[in-house]
Amino acid sequence: MTFPILSVIIFSPIVAALIILVMPAERKTEIRMTALVTAAFALILSLWVYLNYDQAAAGYQFIEKYAWMPQLGISLHLGVDGISTPLVLLTGVVMFTGVIISWGIDDRPREFFAFLFLLASGVFGVFVALDLFMLFFFYEIAVFPMYLLIAIWGWVKTREYAAMKLTLYLFIGSVIALVGALAMYFESGMGTFNMLALETANFSPEFQKIWFLPVFLGFAVLGGIWPFHNWSPDGHVAAPTAVSMFHAGVLMKLGAFAALRVGIMLLPVGAQYWSWLILAFATVNVVYGAFIAMTQTDLKYMIGFSSVSHMGLVVLGFATLTPEGMTGAGVQMFSHGVMTALFFAATGMVYDRAHTRQIPELGGMIKPLPFVGITFIIGGLVSMGMPGFSGFVAEFPIFMGVWMVKPWVAILAVISIVITAAYIMLAIRRTFFGEMPKEFEGHITPISVMDKVALTLLSGLMIGLGVFPQIMVPMVATGVENVLRLLGGA
Amino acid sequence: MFSSSMIMAILPELLLLTLGLLVLIFDIIWKKKESGRNLGWLTAGGLLLILVVSAFLAKPAESALVFGGMLRYDMMGYVFKMLFIFGAMLTTLFMMDSEKLGNRGESYILLLVATIGMNLMASAADLIMLYLAIETTSIPMYILAGFLRDDKKSTEAGLKYLLFGAMASTVMLYGFSLIFGFTGTTALVAITGFSVPLALGVIVLIMVGIAFKISLAPFHFWAPDVYEGAPTPITGFLSTASKAAGFAVLMRLFIGLFPATGEFADDWTMIMAVLATVTMTVGNVVALSQTNIKRMLAYSSIAHAGYALVGVVSVAKLDAGELGVGSVTFYLIAYVMTNLAAFGIIAAFSKIAGSDEISAYAGMSRRNSGLALAMLVAFLSLTGMPPFGGFVAKVFVFAAAVKAGMIWLALVGILNSIVGVYYYLTVLKVVYLHRMEGENEEAHPIPLTRPYAIALTVLSFAILLIGVIFGPWFDIASSAAQGLF
Amino acid sequence: MDFLSSHLLSVILFFPVFAAIVIGFLPKGEDKLVRWTALIASLVPLALTLVLWSNFDANAAGTFQFEENYIWYETINSNFHIGVDGISLSMVLLTTLLTPLAILASFSVKEKVKAYMMLFLFLEMGMLGVFLSMDLLIFFVFWEIGLVPMYFLINQWGSKNRNYASLKFMIYTVGGSLGLLLAIQLLGVLFGTYDLAEIVAGWNALSDSTIVMGMYVSTIKTITFWAFVVAFAIKVPVWPFHTWLPDAHTEAPTAGSMILAGVLLKLGAYGFIRLVLPLYPGQSEHFAGWLAFLAVMAIVFGAFGAYGQYDFKRLVAYSSVNHMGFVLLGIAAAAKAYGTANAHIAMNGAVLQMFNHGLSAAGMFFLVGVIYERTHTRDLRKFGGLFPLVPIYGGILIFTSMASLGLPGLNGFVSEFLVVRGAWGELAGYTAAGMLGLLFTGAYILKGIKNVLHGPMNEEWAHGEHKLTEINTREIVVMIPLMALMLSLGIWPSWLLTVINNAVTALF
Repeated sequence: MTFPILSVIIFSPIVAALIILVMPAERKTEIRMTALVTAAFALILSLWVYLNYDQAAAGYQFIEKYAWMPQLGISLHLGVDGISTPLVLLTGVVMFTGVIISWGIDDRPREFFAFLFLLASGVFGVFVALDLFMLFFFYEIAVFPMYLLIAIWGWVKTREYAAMKLTLYLFIGSVIALVGALAMYFESGMGTFNMLALETANFSPEFQKIWFLPVFLGFAVLGGIWPFHNWSPDGHVAAPTAVSMFHAGVLMKLGAFAALRVGIMLLPVGAQYWSWLILAFATVNVVYGAFIAMTQTDLKYMIGFSSVSHMGLVVLGFATLTPEGMTGAGVQMFSHGVMTALFFAATGMVYDRAHTRQIPELGGMIKPLPFVGITFIIGGLVSMGMPGFSGFVAEFPIFMGVWMVKPWVAILAVISIVITAAYIMLAIRRTFFGEMPKEFEGHITPISVMDKVALTLLSGLMIGLGVFPQIMVPMVATGVENVLRLLGGA
Repeated sequence: MFSSSMIMAILPELLLLTLGLLVLIFDIIWKKKESGRNLGWLTAGGLLLILVVSAFLAKPAESALVFGGMLRYDMMGYVFKMLFIFGAMLTTLFMMDSEKLGNRGESYILLLVATIGMNLMASAADLIMLYLAIETTSIPMYILAGFLRDDKKSTEAGLKYLLFGAMASTVMLYGFSLIFGFTGTTALVAITGFSVPLALGVIVLIMVGIAFKISLAPFHFWAPDVYEGAPTPITGFLSTASKAAGFAVLMRLFIGLFPATGEFADDWTMIMAVLATVTMTVGNVVALSQTNIKRMLAYSSIAHAGYALVGVVSVAKLDAGELGVGSVTFYLIAYVMTNLAAFGIIAAFSKIAGSDEISAYAGMSRRNSGLALAMLVAFLSLTGMPPFGGFVAKVFVFAAAVKAGMIWLALVGILNSIVGVYYYLTVLKVVYLHRMEGENEEAHPIPLTRPYAIALTVLSFAILLIGVIFGPWFDIASSAAQGLF
Repeated sequence: MDFLSSHLLSVILFFPVFAAIVIGFLPKGEDKLVRWTALIASLVPLALTLVLWSNFDANAAGTFQFEENYIWYETINSNFHIGVDGISLSMVLLTTLLTPLAILASFSVKEKVKAYMMLFLFLEMGMLGVFLSMDLLIFFVFWEIGLVPMYFLINQWGSKNRNYASLKFMIYTVGGSLGLLLAIQLLGVLFGTYDLAEIVAGWNALSDSTIVMGMYVSTIKTITFWAFVVAFAIKVPVWPFHTWLPDAHTEAPTAGSMILAGVLLKLGAYGFIRLVLPLYPGQSEHFAGWLAFLAVMAIVFGAFGAYGQYDFKRLVAYSSVNHMGFVLLGIAAAAKAYGTANAHIAMNGAVLQMFNHGLSAAGMFFLVGVIYERTHTRDLRKFGGLFPLVPIYGGILIFTSMASLGLPGLNGFVSEFLVVRGAWGELAGYTAAGMLGLLFTGAYILKGIKNVLHGPMNEEWAHGEHKLTEINTREIVVMIPLMALMLSLGIWPSWLLTVINNAVTALF
């Protein structure tokens, strides 16, 4: 029997969370070190999975299957394909950097890291689950710690409201999708939640048309799809830095990923039937998100809405149902995850020192915080889709895919790039350049070496992927091939 | 006609009776003052022993009618009995440090008698036996609810429970007499040949009785007052084991009287579905506005009865029946653990803090992080979040509804659980986020006595265990269905 | 050496990045070390370009040489495919030549030297990449990459109004590239490849009346043609898309202006030559009149605009619009007369004009910078009669201005003559109008010289603390290679023209 690496990845954060919970609350340093070691461990394992994924063989790999509840055909069935492998790596990266960024949390760090790790476990679980039931199981695990993380450690002004809003939105979405999943389970008559088996269930077209929208949109709520995106910016803003990183970096991908895995892959006919609607929603996402982002003065709100816009591109890519579009969307998930994690990390560092995120009140931050400034700029360039960075590598094929389906949508959606360029550049300039307001002088302390490690890791990934797309794109493409096979070999 | 299986069929009840006698004797032997806790330990230990012994010995190999058809010795009875005994054991632990309750031998005896009654409810196969079992359960519970004689609310609770309970019993009894009058038998297996008016009359009358027991809307109005007034551990028992017993009767009775193959299956299914909808909605919506945590949990437990009823609805569908019974049983197992934990935490908290208002829970996580964590587990399980029992239980119940083709009912359930998210999380918010006045929580710790600590640890792990390794539990739950059909 | 010879282009292309990273790790505060490292590092690509030049087979200048091809983005079939032909070789030479000069010119930069030098080297990579790409996507990648360092150069080291100017520069060019991006995507979707040669072949093989993606091919061609044209026209910049240029120049630091005028503007023209004409011969021919019209408007308005300025730098900036108009005129003529001798002559002129303008514009901006550094003003009305104070500077300024003006014997004359000669037969009316513009070219340049060097001396600069100092050695060193090339191309242009001509004849 081979080493059950995927289950170790999923369960090591939970184990760590339990260990942390039994540690005495006063020993904050030990708690943090435990957290860091666990995160590093998860990162190394996920990197190992990434490097050892056999692209030539494609398909699902590192498969583990344990009967969990044979009566209903539920099993702990894990495996990764070309789409989920990068996402596992992404989670590892965000988790690791998130722990580093949260080093300074002083209010009940024990509970904080425990909840954060529970969240991480859930996220890992969704990405590797090949069992529909388990996917939901982990999905919910990933959602609810958010409530506490935001409500307890979040931004005092809006945290209660935002946390509740977020939880309710996501919960509604997921349970509606759950009904769809149950309907699939019984309709198939196979008595199994195994998604690989359900892929072959050949649901009737009528059934697929009815259930595709609830399932896809139910999950896509977490992906921030318009008109259900409203929870997302509020949540980003209210959340503490590491949670924002997780939230925008990984959680939103969870929604898009599950929408793909369950919605498109299990109900391909439904996907084809409704793709125009999803395309329309996603286009609104992309353009509207960018416009709203431009009007924001709070740095975090700006990033929050830009996430809505960027996640719109992911959904847009999926909705094209073309190899290019979907591959691009897969890469965009990774790229955007790293990018927003970086954005939120950098914003958090500025906020911790300046105690404001209002862009007009900031300025000249590059002097005391050169490293933060430069990495933020790199993030900005990724966000604009600047060639040479991962954003371009991801967005370009998405637009190609859109061209193939609806050329006018491509033209419309491209507007968002100009708008993005404008607001990102303005934000960079106002925050990091210009005169530094008097009251900040002497208050802006330099960031720590660990912070630099986190920022370097994130920006390095974006440049690496931008310069050498081959390190990830072909892998995603193999995953997409499988999706396309289900869609009827398009 | 005596056989060893007859002993095995009532082994748990016999043991419970023995334990009750022991408690009675020791209550006299031991000196008053310190005897309370000792009696508690005796009861709890005895219950644990009974649980273990009956779990191994009283498991039926195959279903059989015993005692002249009075009882049915089957898996369903077995599963529910174990659940009741477990619930009683935990309740005992909670009672031990409860003022004016834990130091009185009578309270433990009453609890044991009520448990015997529930056990019999779960396995009764004859209308007369059933009625007797229900009364055996109810009368001790009336007393326990009003046990705190000096407390006005408790007295009110006891009296209210007695009056409404008696009335509901009467109505149900009238339903039973109708059946006997028309069919000439009281044995469940033998009752057949309903005409339309008879069937409707029976369904309505019996449902009134049972709906009262499991507090379905619109027969729920007694519950919040009684739950609020009764001593908290008793409330816990009332809202869990007692309710589970009601469900056991409900399933056994209706599957027996109106099987899915019969002509009235659709009618009572419809009635149940409507009841489930109303119950869930009323429970959840009213719970939203509560400021007293006991009342909130009272309404929430009404809502939970509604969820469980969703599973019952599918019992009457041919191919969904087994999943239905299995899911309801599973739901009840998870629910009993969860709600017991919730009331246990409230009991522990109010003992120190002296208040059941939700606002009093501010800063609790800083006063006792372990207790707060247990509360997190219990409330998230009530909400229906993994990896806790409540999630899986809800999924199974809704799955049963979907399988029975009642997707609308599943959707109603889902909408309701979203309402639930709101008020459960609001409590957790107070616990974790809000601060006490003066923000000096460290000065107001909440120490836990050993019985509470043990009980809450056991329950928290049980909730987690059900939620994560649900396969074996579902096996147990669905084995309850095997004997039924 | 084997590696070097087989990867010569990649080495030239990526050496600046390597150098930039090295500079990034140099210790803080060592400005001098940083400057010299940057200068020496920028000389390496120049040396390698000379090696490239000497190994380049001038007789086969029409075909791509030193080709390198690596898988870059397999999924969408885009490869890292680079190579040089005669046209790109001259542009590469221009770039690698101007970069060290610009770096040398920026030795006077005092703030954030490290970042400045790094950005400059990145900029060089971006520009070189555009000239070397043989893959449409790679072309676009480098095209956009060049923007970023330029933006920050203007934004960080520019003068007063830099925020406005840099944002305008960014928005204009990004806006322009959007059309380009969309058009490239469309082509990629149509052909499933981004390799330039394959696209050209596939594209020209498509019959105009075929329906692809619900549209006639001719419609698609026209749309994408204009998308390309607008993107490149903004970069060139062609009237009426030129308004970002004076602002950007005015605010940019001296070296930034040198590169901006010297190389970045050429990217646009290069785009016309490399992409628009080969991809859309039909459309180019059809719309050649429009292009010529725009070109003439650029020439005329550029000249008028320049004449109207009192800011020395703005004057030079408008002169760029004016000069680049000739490039576009040449291109328009070549498009009109595709395949004829006229076309070849005009195109030769256009490419040579690109090179020449690179030299003279860089020189002019540098000279403006030299005087600005000393006087902290660029207002022509505040100068006057400076010749006696700074005779060497005056001489150099006059020399460079004359080259820019198109004085026979210097380089500007050769290329403008060729353009006009080629265009005359094809677009007589436009050419005639352009010649009128040329008249004003003379006018504004003379106006500039007059205001700075001649006339009554502004006493402010003669004495006291504001006393004007003579151009220093470092600055002269910057100018010498430029002037030498201006002169050599004026007298004996064929060393460069051969290479260009061979390429042009083969291609058009």
